[in-house]
Amino acid sequence: MIDLVTAGIAALILALAIWTVAARDTLAAVIGFVTFGLMLTLAWVRLVGVDVALTEAAIGGGLTGALMIGAASRLRPLETAAEAERPRGMVRLLAAVMAAGVSIALIICVLALPNPAPTLAPDTAANMNATGVLNPITAVLLAFRAMDTLLEAIVLVFALIGVWSLAPDRAWGGRPGLRQHADPNGILAYIARVLPPIGIIVGTYIFWIGADLPGGKFQGATIVAAMWLLVIMAGLADAPPISRTWLRVGLVAGPLVFIAIGAYGAVAAEAFLAYPAGFAKPLIIVIELALMPTLALILGLLVIGAPLRAEKS
Amino acid sequence: MMSAPTLLGICAAVLIGCGMYGFIVNPQTLRKILAFNVVGSGVFLLFGAIARRGAGAGFGGDPVPQALLITGIVVAFSATALAVALLVRLHDVAGSVSLASDPPSEPESDAGST
Repeated sequence: MIDLVTAGIAALILALAIWTVAARDTLAAVIGFVTFGLMLTLAWVRLVGVDVALTEAAIGGGLTGALMIGAASRLRPLETAAEAERPRGMVRLLAAVMAAGVSIALIICVLALPNPAPTLAPDTAANMNATGVLNPITAVLLAFRAMDTLLEAIVLVFALIGVWSLAPDRAWGGRPGLRQHADPNGILAYIARVLPPIGIIVGTYIFWIGADLPGGKFQGATIVAAMWLLVIMAGLADAPPISRTWLRVGLVAGPLVFIAIGAYGAVAAEAFLAYPAGFAKPLIIVIELALMPTLALILGLLVIGAPLRAEKS
Repeated sequence: MMSAPTLLGICAAVLIGCGMYGFIVNPQTLRKILAFNVVGSGVFLLFGAIARRGAGAGFGGDPVPQALLITGIVVAFSATALAVALLVRLHDVAGSVSLASDPPSEPESDAGST
């Protein structure tokens, strides 16, 4: 017997993936991809990964979609030129055979997965009390696998440095992205005035309950970043010049606090990133509070892109 | 009897193949990035299906892979943002984002050399 709801979600995901890959128009493909991300969110709920579903909806669908729509509209004039480079029938046939082979091999692997599945859930449950948090995902992210989360925060900073380093020389230190112009009395400007207070509260709430319920700093920071992007896109505020000291301090503050607490663990507990007994929860909260603004800044600035305008002084 | 993890695991396997095909066949660079993200989503979904199979101790899924998935999705986004920024910069500098070995936008290049 097949679970009909899950089968329906899987069918929609596959149809949207095929659309994303096969659509002629790039913008249409991007919009297909955003919808694909939203359908994936439902699949995550079916897999009882609500934390992952929130992340997928906010980052996989939302921020990646905003990034792609921006790029697709900038690259639109090149659309017809690329059409001539579409590979010939033989290449496409070989690609299809190879892709089908990979899929079939993976399906065989999925059907041959060991039963009962290996799991770390009992270990997580047994050790979660020591962390003081009730959401097992947060316990893994900030206690058991804190090193991954620290390195991830650093990867984000490096990615932003990479994006910024693509600035033309004259624009270095200037404002990222293009100046946005929108009708100040239009619906976009109206939404950009009404929505951010609500969005900031929702983002902060999702961040705060992350200790005990599905949610956390990544999902919360993404919503706050989205509100910031909305205000910028509506032309109500401009992106800050990347040479601003407050901005640069904000971008490294989160990882630096994380590293400092990790180093404190090396002294006060037995290892780097270990928490002294009884202090796990307060230290986790300090790390999350420090990471949240850093993540919101980085995620927003990654969507905006490289500096393009020299700062007018 | 096909459970939700198995069904979505198979869906993920097809997604990976679908994305790989798009990555090879689509000539537009942005479409390649998009197709690569479809592959990534497939890998994440496959991992998520495996996490769901590890449910136990009162959790709906193994929390360790689920937490790693959150990390993975965020890192995938940062890599995508860097790729898109490279592409936009290439467009601004060269006026073309073609990956062809002899881009049509450079007619002045030596016709004899290949």
